Amino acid sequence: MNWFSRFIVSSIGQKFVMALTGLFLILFLAVHLAGNLQLLRSDGGEAFNTYAHFMTTSPLIKAISYTLYAAILLHTVQGLILWRYNRAARGPVRYAVSYSRPEERPARNMAWIGIIIFVFILIHLSQFWYQMHWGELEMKEYPSYPHKVKDLYSLVSFTYKNPAMVLFYVVCMGVVGVHLWHGFWSAFHTLGLGHRKYVPVIRFVGMAYAIVIPLLFAIIPIIIYFRSE
Amino acid sequence: MKLTLKIWRQGGKYKGEFVTYSLDDINEHMSFLEMLDVLNERLIRQKEEPIAFEHDCREGICGSCSMVINGRPHGPLKGTTTCQLHMRHFRDGDTIVIEPFRAKAFPVIRDLVVDRSAFDRIIQAGGYISVNTGQAPEANSIPIEKEVASRAFDAAACIGCGACVAACPNASAMLFTAAKVSHLALLPQGQVERKRRVLRMVAQMDKEGFGRCSNVRACEAECPKEISVSHIARMNREYLFAAVASETLA
Ligand code: HEM
Ligand code: SF4
Ligand code: FES
Repeated sequence: MNWFSRFIVSSIGQKFVMALTGLFLILFLAVHLAGNLQLLRSDGGEAFNTYAHFMTTSPLIKAISYTLYAAILLHTVQGLILWRYNRAARGPVRYAVSYSRPEERPARNMAWIGIIIFVFILIHLSQFWYQMHWGELEMKEYPSYPHKVKDLYSLVSFTYKNPAMVLFYVVCMGVVGVHLWHGFWSAFHTLGLGHRKYVPVIRFVGMAYAIVIPLLFAIIPIIIYFRSE
Repeated sequence: MKLTLKIWRQGGKYKGEFVTYSLDDINEHMSFLEMLDVLNERLIRQKEEPIAFEHDCREGICGSCSMVINGRPHGPLKGTTTCQLHMRHFRDGDTIVIEPFRAKAFPVIRDLVVDRSAFDRIIQAGGYISVNTGQAPEANSIPIEKEVASRAFDAAACIGCGACVAACPNASAMLFTAAKVSHLALLPQGQVERKRRVLRMVAQMDKEGFGRCSNVRACEAECPKEISVSHIARMNREYLFAAVASETLA
């Protein structure tokens, strides 16, 4: 094996994959949120629909989105591999009495939490991403934009008039928050950035990120549900 | 004190099961191991097989004693080995469940004794420095900054007991290995083998079948020497530099 294969299958290398893909997904969440916030403008969907059009057509964004699909798959597959390996590492007999501190709960359940997020991502993609790419969406024209664009805005607005969909979305954002509560700090630690000067800052930013970002995501469908259109 | 003990027995006539014992004359000033000694003397008088457990120094420095007490390696007290745990930390009438450390890489030999030679092999893979033979070198000939020396000493306090592996939900040996890598990477004497050491020790750790670290930090909470997980971050850093950033191809 050459040095790279040896590194990437080593315990620390596998964690390195989790941390890099995880951090990429964290960055993506912020960008995705900025786009979603356009849904709250009362402009008949112009800002959101033209943004969505740009996101599906720009070649640069295309390249980034392929990286994103790869990151999600890599993070999920690697996460599940680690989970299986780690369960087996306990050995043939498990403890009769198990003990854990409350603050360890998110970290101990990353895989379950991740599986829920993965299922959410699949449902979410089939609802919007699939429709945007291959579904039959109405076309809309805005005076200040050169092309006709697909009306994703109306689909989103329609979807979140259903309280069950709103609830599902809000719960899943809570789950993402728990994943980030541990994951944000953990990724830096994995990359060796567990430095006594910076750890308090990383922890604080991580916790703030884990609360604020999912909260902002979750507020959007709630506002859509209650607003009159 | 009256106590009910549920102890894992494995080997001899026991296939691997919990056996319940009642004790009713335990002095609260006894250590946990002395309490087990009392039970073993009774078992020997009754011509029963005594409970096998490891111990040596009984003063918290050798790392031999190893058992999981009510789900916690070395019991409920912070920064304490089993041999230094006293019965006054339990209540009269308590039921105490005692299990061996559980890890695929630490197979049970008998009752509460597990084979921790995987740790020896990790040390053999790189936990050493090269010095010239002959007269012992003068201790103060290499000046070391106080802060660096203290941090290296914090890592060197690891007694190799394996409680970190036992406490980790993944049975990962990262805290132990990181303590050793960190200790030597910080000191000038450890520079010669610095890159090779971390590559080899991590490779050996992986080969032994320990789990992969998820940064849960149960190890730090249960370590009798309170070794900090910041040493794990340092080892990750050392490993990344050695594997990715250095010219070392091995
Ligand atoms: C919004 C999407 C997601 C983000 C932002 C994210 C982020 C992260 C981050 C930053 C980490 C910490 C990495 C480390 O400790 O070095 C992590 C760990 C983890 N993630 Fe995700 N993740 C996401 C989705 C998923 C999915 C879909 C799964 C599917 C199973 C998953 C499974 C895991 C697992 C198992 C770990 C723990 C790995 C370990 O420490 O052993 N994650 N995630
Ligand atoms: S790091 Fe702590 S728990 Fe692990 S072997 Fe060393 S002393 Fe024991
Ligand atoms: S017997 Fe030596 S540390 Fe407990």
